[in-house]
Amino acid sequence: MIQDWFFGLIGGLMIGAASALLLLGNGRIAGISGILGGTLTGLPQMRGIAEGLAFLAGLIGFPALYSLAFEAPTITVTTSVATLLLGGLIVGIGTRIGSGCTSGHGVCGISRLSPRSLVATGTFIAVAAAVVFLTRHVVAQV
Amino acid sequence: MRQLIALVSGALFALGLIVSDMVNPARVLGFLDVAGAWDPTLAFVMGGALVPMAIAWRLATGGSHPLVGGDFPGRASPVIDTRLIGGAALFGAGWGLVGFCPGPALTALGTGNAEAMVFTAAMITGMFGYALTAPSPRGI
Repeated sequence: MIQDWFFGLIGGLMIGAASALLLLGNGRIAGISGILGGTLTGLPQMRGIAEGLAFLAGLIGFPALYSLAFEAPTITVTTSVATLLLGGLIVGIGTRIGSGCTSGHGVCGISRLSPRSLVATGTFIAVAAAVVFLTRHVVAQV
Repeated sequence: MRQLIALVSGALFALGLIVSDMVNPARVLGFLDVAGAWDPTLAFVMGGALVPMAIAWRLATGGSHPLVGGDFPGRASPVIDTRLIGGAALFGAGWGLVGFCPGPALTALGTGNAEAMVFTAAMITGMFGYALTAPSPRGI
């Protein structure tokens, strides 16, 4: 298990470096829900749809190449299709209403000590933990 | 140049999610399951990610500009309202149900994972549905 936290830390540094690159290079916040939602729905204040698409191409295209070159990472999902659909839908709506997700609020916002991001991150981690508690320990399976 | 920087940033972001295993919902749910066999890995990922970004924000102040020109994002908004908390709660509920948040979902989709495709299709539907009905979102 020592390896797990070590790889977590290294991976986290990479995520932070990627976000720092986008901020210092392009002046943009690497919030995935913001880039995805803003690029796809073409919000008026989004500058550079092309750069949003380029970021998404890297985020989706790199793992595709990685999986061809090496072994695809193990991804274990135990939820039903109905739960996947419900979960995806409310993640999509919630991240747009709340202006961010784990990357935008959790990394980019907290690292500048944004009060909004601290509150949002505390809220979504607490609610997610409560939902996991309910589904794993109270209700047998959703 | 803007597109090249964005492409490299997206690819490095995905590599970080793969190396840290955050691409795997089972790992994320292990962190959120505080009453079970708690897995602290996500805390190390967030801690690691905050370091380069805290340095970057320091460099982004004091009249400097992004490499490609333009301006850095303005000061963080101080407004904490029901939209912020309600949206975060809704997002948290979906995150806890499945274990995917937007970044890992897209990275998992890139590896060809079928569940991530279903999740992402629903997530994009939600984003479009919201965009049709709502005012533009605030910054982080």
